[in-house]
Amino acid sequence: MKSRHKRLALVGTGLAILGVAAALILNAFQSNLVFFYTPSQIVAKEAPQARSFRVGGLVEQGSVQRQADGVTVRFVVTDTAHSIPVLYTGILPDLFKEGKGVVAQGQIGADGVFHAKEVLAKHDENYMPPEAADAVQRARKAMQESQKTLQEKK
Amino acid sequence: MIPEIGHFALIVALCISIVQALVPLIGTYRKDGAWMAVARPAAQGQFVFVAIAFGCLAWSFVGNDFSVLNVASNSNSSLPVQYRFAATWGSHEGSLLLWVLMLTVWMLAVTVFSRHLPREMLARILSVMALISVGFLLFLLFTSNPFERLLPAAPDGRDLNPLLQDPGMVIHPPMLYMGYVGFSVAFAFSVAALLGGKLDAAWARWSRPWTTVAWAFLTVGICLGSGWAYYVLGWGGWWFWDPVENASFMPWLVGTALVHSLAVTEKRGGFKIWTVLLAIIAFSLSLLGTFLVRSGVLTSVHAFATDPARGIFILAFLAIVVGSSLALFAWRAPKVGLGGTFNLVSREAALLTNNVLLMAAAAVVLLGTLYPLFLDALGLGKLSVGTPWFEIMFPICMAPAVFLMGIGPIMRWKEAQLPDLASRLKWAFGVALVTGLLVPVVMGKWTWLISLGLFLAAWIVAAGFVNLYEQVARLRASGGSLPGRMRTLPRGYWGMLVAHFGVGVFIVGVTMVKGYETEKDVRMNVGDTVLVGGYQFQLEGLTQVQGPNYEATRGRIRVSRNGSEVTVLQPEKRFYSVQQMPMTEAAISPGLTRDLYVSLGEPVGEGAWVVRLYHKPFVDWIWGGGFLMALGGVIAITDRRYRLARREQSQPAAAAATA
Repeated sequence: MKSRHKRLALVGTGLAILGVAAALILNAFQSNLVFFYTPSQIVAKEAPQARSFRVGGLVEQGSVQRQADGVTVRFVVTDTAHSIPVLYTGILPDLFKEGKGVVAQGQIGADGVFHAKEVLAKHDENYMPPEAADAVQRARKAMQESQKTLQEKK
Repeated sequence: MIPEIGHFALIVALCISIVQALVPLIGTYRKDGAWMAVARPAAQGQFVFVAIAFGCLAWSFVGNDFSVLNVASNSNSSLPVQYRFAATWGSHEGSLLLWVLMLTVWMLAVTVFSRHLPREMLARILSVMALISVGFLLFLLFTSNPFERLLPAAPDGRDLNPLLQDPGMVIHPPMLYMGYVGFSVAFAFSVAALLGGKLDAAWARWSRPWTTVAWAFLTVGICLGSGWAYYVLGWGGWWFWDPVENASFMPWLVGTALVHSLAVTEKRGGFKIWTVLLAIIAFSLSLLGTFLVRSGVLTSVHAFATDPARGIFILAFLAIVVGSSLALFAWRAPKVGLGGTFNLVSREAALLTNNVLLMAAAAVVLLGTLYPLFLDALGLGKLSVGTPWFEIMFPICMAPAVFLMGIGPIMRWKEAQLPDLASRLKWAFGVALVTGLLVPVVMGKWTWLISLGLFLAAWIVAAGFVNLYEQVARLRASGGSLPGRMRTLPRGYWGMLVAHFGVGVFIVGVTMVKGYETEKDVRMNVGDTVLVGGYQFQLEGLTQVQGPNYEATRGRIRVSRNGSEVTVLQPEKRFYSVQQMPMTEAAISPGLTRDLYVSLGEPVGEGAWVVRLYHKPFVDWIWGGGFLMALGGVIAITDRRYRLARREQSQPAAAAATA
């Protein structure tokens, strides 16, 4: 009887420890998720402040400017409906180009500028980052729908 | 003509594999020796035909046959010949053909080295491997035929992705696949044991070397991939927790657990069910890796296919293999038996804890890799799991396991005494503690993680030496010189020591790079000097260079320290004309205690360039540690007892033959 109690207590403690560990792990997991937002969503203030997230879209034609230090770059990411200015310090990936798809990870500043910690590289010329493609597609759909409702109102 | 021969050879191989999958297996139920005996020649025949197919494809690549779609899409006549050969597995179709080739190579190895196996066992093992082979051959022939013709033929090919035009690329995929596919042998052994309902120490002794070899190959493959990323991608990272990397890392973690669990099954007859389950999981994760990487679910340099039929095929195959083997496991595992009992403080318990921790680490990686894919597939939004998740959780799982690595090997089986262990290891603990505290002081920067990493690395190595000292001292009674005594220690033991030292070396590398690296992106004009990590980097000049299939700007950067020249680095910015793709070719000066890493960014006007300058202390230890681990595995399989078992088995057979 006594040894059974002991075993029960042991199993109970084990389960409790496991539960706490699982809770901590899932909590850590939750806080490490990096969400993806389109420029339209950011303009609509759906993106979080003071937390890292990803933005994707196309690099707007003629928007890439180098700052005086030569290492800091300013460019605009657009999903063709809205756009977001991005600031990045460092070397851009080989296949970064105006008019091409891009994904950046970082935080949005109070000034509305996206401060990128990382600009994601693509591996070959034909490939468009899926997030970037998704952003452009969503913006197009949204525009079509708004046009439809406009026409319906007419 | 050659491609058609290759195609035909694949079809023949498929037919053979179907026979090999069915006939011997049915033979084991009918207890028919002749049916079971089909397995061996069938496996060898299958190897021959797959090898012919592979040879034909390689021939088409090397011979620039642009009437083959695969060649036209992935090669070019100006591509150097070694890369034309490597391009054979540089495409989706070719890499799958390589996968199947590796599988048949393993089958061939089983037929050659397992003459001592009971014939039912051998029949079952080769049948199971043939079933896997049927799946992959069907996949190749129906969705990814590497020999598809392009009519009219292209005048020239579209060239190989420049990122893949690298010597590392020539050996990385074969090594990795040898590892991936090698777990199919462990898997087949386990399924065979479940089918036969017999799992004993002899079974563990047979399947152990196969698992170890596969694990060693996978280790080397991952190291090469990591090294490739380090010097080819041009930004000096060696591990990104990218889903593609994780896909190869998960089978490695489970494979490592399997190697250790097999040790208990062999020596103590314990952990039987657990070992079988681990073998199934390890191979399932290898298949999952193939699915993730090859189905187009992930976009990366590895993902060629975007054809959804392919993804669905692999997913269905994965479901069948995992589902049926787990069902078999649930049905037959109770027959296999549990094995002996052991105390809470014992080598078994230490190895069990190690297994649990390794599995926890694999679960962490699995969660972080699959969760975003699930959400995306269900249309619940796009997200990714940040690197911090892996970089926090992984060490939390592994640090206790690494600490146990120092204790486990000197523990007794069944029951050990804590005070005894403490007194034997107190010196090792002291050495580790001093290292962990002193080195950061000398280096001039301290964080918890640096101290912990160095402590653990020194702990493994010091405890390893204590272990070795005790073993040699134990043999003193038998007399003999020190080298003589060392030679009498079994190879399996040496392999363990070397592999564990490898872990220590690896941890030193990771800790030093993470703790003390310097990375600088700067604007440099010709003549400018920048100081990084105590080294002076001076940009001396830029020249234009013409390569075989690219043009490049080459920088000349002179590196000196305290006025004396160290080296001259020549990084390049290449432009591959066929693929219209720029590429950064970093220049690296490797060293035992540091790498100097330079790559060109882009021109920023007035002759100036953005240049990336890195000082990476001890970075080569990361791969050195990995190779040591693999070397440990190789040493371990040369152990006498594996050969001895074979001789014992073959002698009665030979006697029977002469009688």
